[in-house]
Amino acid sequence: MKQHIVLHLIAKMLIPFIMLFALYVQFHGDYGPGGGFQAGVIFGAGVILYGIILGKEMALQVVPIKLVHTLAAVGVLLYTCVGVAGMLLGGEFLNYNVLLSDPVAGQHIGILLIELGVGITVASVMISLFFSYSMYQHPDGPENN
Amino acid sequence: MLATAIVISRMTILFGAVMLYGIYSLLSASLFVVLDAVDVAFTEAAVGTCISTILMLSALSLTGSRIEITHRRKPLLALCSSVGLGAVLLWGTIDMPRYADPGAPANQHVAPYYLEQSSHETGIPNVVTSVLASYRGYDTLGEVVVIFTAGIGVISLLGSRRRRKKD
Repeated sequence: MKQHIVLHLIAKMLIPFIMLFALYVQFHGDYGPGGGFQAGVIFGAGVILYGIILGKEMALQVVPIKLVHTLAAVGVLLYTCVGVAGMLLGGEFLNYNVLLSDPVAGQHIGILLIELGVGITVASVMISLFFSYSMYQHPDGPENN
Repeated sequence: MLATAIVISRMTILFGAVMLYGIYSLLSASLFVVLDAVDVAFTEAAVGTCISTILMLSALSLTGSRIEITHRRKPLLALCSSVGLGAVLLWGTIDMPRYADPGAPANQHVAPYYLEQSSHETGIPNVVTSVLASYRGYDTLGEVVVIFTAGIGVISLLGSRRRRKKD
């Protein structure tokens, strides 16, 4: 779609703001609406927009597919590790009170970390879904490059 | 919303149906805003309107956007059963408490505790976030694992890299 100059320019202008808004939703979810799920989806949408407008080859240079797959697992691992860390520090699984000396601060850091894990997983799964769909070629179908 | 839903079910061009589905999702997001459920509305707008539409369009690029109309043999039986089910569901809603009734069982159980205590216990002003991430941490972990599993499923079905031509 590189020949559509209007789409190209508008997307280039919008993508940084979409990314920034995703980060805002991610880390401001404690105070306003939003959280990891929404932030991950918005971030993924930014990358997918880039992939639609500039072609998947360019997008794959920015976010290599291996990195995306690894990050999807890293998010779940981060979430579980926070839970296990609570267990190791003497609480129950996913009990954030024991993460820091102050229970309220512990809750805060725990929620921030697990929301980050949710965001990472959701964003990378969305991106990898899009790449999977767009790169699939039917084994029997005609070759269309 | 009702008009959009009816039109979607009658459409034979899938591209248009996907677009209308996006509109339907956006309408339900605005309905959630009216009901003061901002977090849900946000999720619906981001997931339902944006990502699902994109994913459905990419699926359409693999399958083609027209369907063959198949004529069912016995529409009467299907009509009767769906109308009957709808009537039973409507009958069931008669006993439901009025919307935003403070005496409703859903508003009596743990909701007052969350509303009064969560801000002291977690130090987080957004109750939705503290319930989702702290009190209901297991559920959220389950949701993340579900998303992860769905991603793995699609990757293993469609493959993540370009298939080599088999000679």
